[in-house]
Amino acid sequence: MIRAFHRWPALLALALLLTLTLSGAILSVFPAAERIASPQASSGLTVATLADRIQTAYPGVEQIRRSPSGQIMAYWFDQGTPGSAVIDPATGLGVASADPNMIERWLTELHRSLFLGDGGRIASAVGAAAMLILAISGVALVSRRVGGMRNWFKPLRGPLSGRIHVEISRIAVVGLALSSVTALWMTASTFELIPDVGNMPAFPADVSGETGVALAQVAVLQQTPVSELRSLSFPYAGDSTDVFSLQTDLGTGYLDQGTGDVLAWSDLTGWQYVSETIYMLHTGQGAATLGVVLGLMALGVPLLGVTGVLIWVAGRRGRPRIRGNQSAGRAETIVLVGSESGSTWGFAATLHTALTQAGQSVHVGPMSGFTPKRYHHAERIILLAATYGDGDAPASAKGFLDRLATAEVAPGTQVAVLGFGDRSFPDYCAFAEAVAKMVKAKGCAELIPLDTVDRQSPQDFARWGRALGQAMGLDLELAHQPVLPKTEALTLVSRRDYGAEVQAPTAILRFAMPRASLWQRLMGRGFVRFSAGDLIGVLPEGNAVPRYYSLASASRDGFIEIVVKKHVGGLCSSQLTALEPGDTMTAFLRSNPGFRPGRGRTPLILIGAGTGIGPLAGFVRANARNRPVHLFFGMRHPDSDFFYSDEMPVWQEQGHLSRLVTAISRTSQPKYVQDALRGDATEVAQLIRDGARIMVCGGRDMASGVADTLAEILAPAGLTPAMLKAEGRYVEDVY
Amino acid sequence: MKSLLASLALTTALTVPGLALARPVTMTVNLNNYGGPGAYLALYVTNSSGAYVGTLWMAGGRSRYYQHLSDWYRATGGSTSQINGITGASVGSGGQLQVTFELADTLFDAGYTVHIDAAVENMRESPNEVAVPLTTSGAGTTTRGRRYIAGFTYSM
Repeated sequence: MIRAFHRWPALLALALLLTLTLSGAILSVFPAAERIASPQASSGLTVATLADRIQTAYPGVEQIRRSPSGQIMAYWFDQGTPGSAVIDPATGLGVASADPNMIERWLTELHRSLFLGDGGRIASAVGAAAMLILAISGVALVSRRVGGMRNWFKPLRGPLSGRIHVEISRIAVVGLALSSVTALWMTASTFELIPDVGNMPAFPADVSGETGVALAQVAVLQQTPVSELRSLSFPYAGDSTDVFSLQTDLGTGYLDQGTGDVLAWSDLTGWQYVSETIYMLHTGQGAATLGVVLGLMALGVPLLGVTGVLIWVAGRRGRPRIRGNQSAGRAETIVLVGSESGSTWGFAATLHTALTQAGQSVHVGPMSGFTPKRYHHAERIILLAATYGDGDAPASAKGFLDRLATAEVAPGTQVAVLGFGDRSFPDYCAFAEAVAKMVKAKGCAELIPLDTVDRQSPQDFARWGRALGQAMGLDLELAHQPVLPKTEALTLVSRRDYGAEVQAPTAILRFAMPRASLWQRLMGRGFVRFSAGDLIGVLPEGNAVPRYYSLASASRDGFIEIVVKKHVGGLCSSQLTALEPGDTMTAFLRSNPGFRPGRGRTPLILIGAGTGIGPLAGFVRANARNRPVHLFFGMRHPDSDFFYSDEMPVWQEQGHLSRLVTAISRTSQPKYVQDALRGDATEVAQLIRDGARIMVCGGRDMASGVADTLAEILAPAGLTPAMLKAEGRYVEDVY
Repeated sequence: MKSLLASLALTTALTVPGLALARPVTMTVNLNNYGGPGAYLALYVTNSSGAYVGTLWMAGGRSRYYQHLSDWYRATGGSTSQINGITGASVGSGGQLQVTFELADTLFDAGYTVHIDAAVENMRESPNEVAVPLTTSGAGTTTRGRRYIAGFTYSM
């Protein structure tokens, strides 16, 4: 629901907001420029001295004004011709033209009324209101995503556009909210909805009738520092009934032109004071630094717009229409989806199709619409639950747990829960676990145990589908095909074989870079730019479900390299390991931004076993700046599956690799990477305390073993792997 | 419509007995290219002793800015009852204001003076830009203003 409040105002107001924020950002520079350019009054200077200096220089002076930036302007008549200038308060002489800046005026008019008069002012105010709604709903979304306001600046993972969107907005939201609230106030003030018009004092009926008081002798002007002056208007020459009009930060009054006495005075009202403060906060006039900061924050809006649209399009594309959806009242199987970005709906659609083909009547709906009393014919409920942020319910599952807690589920209804998530997050499938726990607590019958799908893996989903089919007595084959990117044919250049002697035949396969079209280069599509650790999706012949392998090379290396172990009966690995130079295979690139070493000089601790060495070797090869890298490498036997054994000594010599620690499992004293880490516990703990980043790649068991070992090693330092993961300093790529 | 309302307002102010003794007068104000946003202009009349008699026209719709038309504001206390129905849009830089009124014959050659106060946002306010005696012989003569008004003419 909050998401809808974020999305629709944004799309509708995008063009308007772009105009307002870009013009606002440019306008923010002017007060700062004026502040720098205009000569400032020395702190002790009084209005009496300043006015006297100006009157000496320009005897026909009619008005002296001081802008919030401190710029002093004088207007005078000299022999019937009006003149004006910016004044140097030290001399009283003009130093620059006081004519308004045409660009600033044009931009101001665009910014506040789009050159459309009052209608335009209202449109701009609508833009400001939309910005405010976006800021508020955005804060709610970010807070939900990072797990509460106290985690506001927590590092993020996930797709790049989403991260950019949140990174910019969590800094800029303060300025954008301030600018929009103040804009709304100013519009209300312009349309006289706020009683902030000052009371002018009544014009004095009785004056001394004398003229020509010496300005330097006027008491009130002597008491007023120039910093408090707003304007001083002089009486008409030859009109002895006229007076001086003085405006200061405190109020407005009239002074006798013969005696200099204050004839009438009224203070600034509270409303005026508030409106003026708001004007200053919005325009930066009188607060130039704040103005520039707000301008910079406004510049974030175009980027927010672009990334926001990308997120929206990605979410839409991911959600398929479900054809032939049975109504909730008639369906035997109820499939409920808890999805944030929409990708889980695709899995639901695949499940719906497969079950329907198997003769079942199936209803698919959002988890937030859970109403068991409508499920008259339901025999089973299947919950497909993604997780949002720190184990929170995703958008389409809001309120599910509350509903489930109070609902009465018909006895005999079987429930299955499948979690969708990303193992690189510390709270992997936490929401699904919470759901499964409550389902169990409600006493519902379990259809099949809780299972999970990591990073939308079609294999995980198919495996779960077989278990589901077995439980339902069906032959269920879930061939989920996410919308795949365009594939390309890659040609094998060379292969190196390892591991046959230890029953783990493995090949390092090197493919040529495919020729990229101009469009691909421009859009960064295909194999144009990639890093080690990104994924390559391989489509085996005769099967449309891709298998993902971690890349062991970057685009800069000029080749595409992967490490593939041949699995018994594995369709894809068998095909890949059978390739000979010159053969081709079909593949596409999938970015994996969560698994990158990042920039900086902090040490890297790379931990991998078996084919998991691939991306880690890629990081070492790319380490041209010789960042300290400690590699823990688990293998079966150094004579057989020591991948990259030729390169490792070279990399060490070049300084790309500081230290290599190997753990050998097929010897008289078997050792695994966990043991190697434990053996180096002191140094590892020290490196991590000093800010080292840990990257783990390999099998699931190895990764959990490594996490346990690191928990042991770090316990004395008061650190846990979960804390490091939350900081983004501990990332895993497991399979 | 404009002229009718204008004549009514003046009638109440001047208590002219009947419209038969009135004549249509067109007033034209041309502004300089002063390079600012739209100018607020107040056209009003004073009598031979300099006392305020009534307002002819107010160019500019927001009463919060009327205090910057300082002579007019001083004379009227900013009372919007003085300009009910005789208010129009502000006049842009280099633009022209033209209004026609039914003015009582008794206003002419009797010491009455037309004044125009001008004010522009963020620029110097300019009360009494123009002060022209209302005479039958002065019709058609153009008067320069002090700062914003390039020329003011009334014609019968």
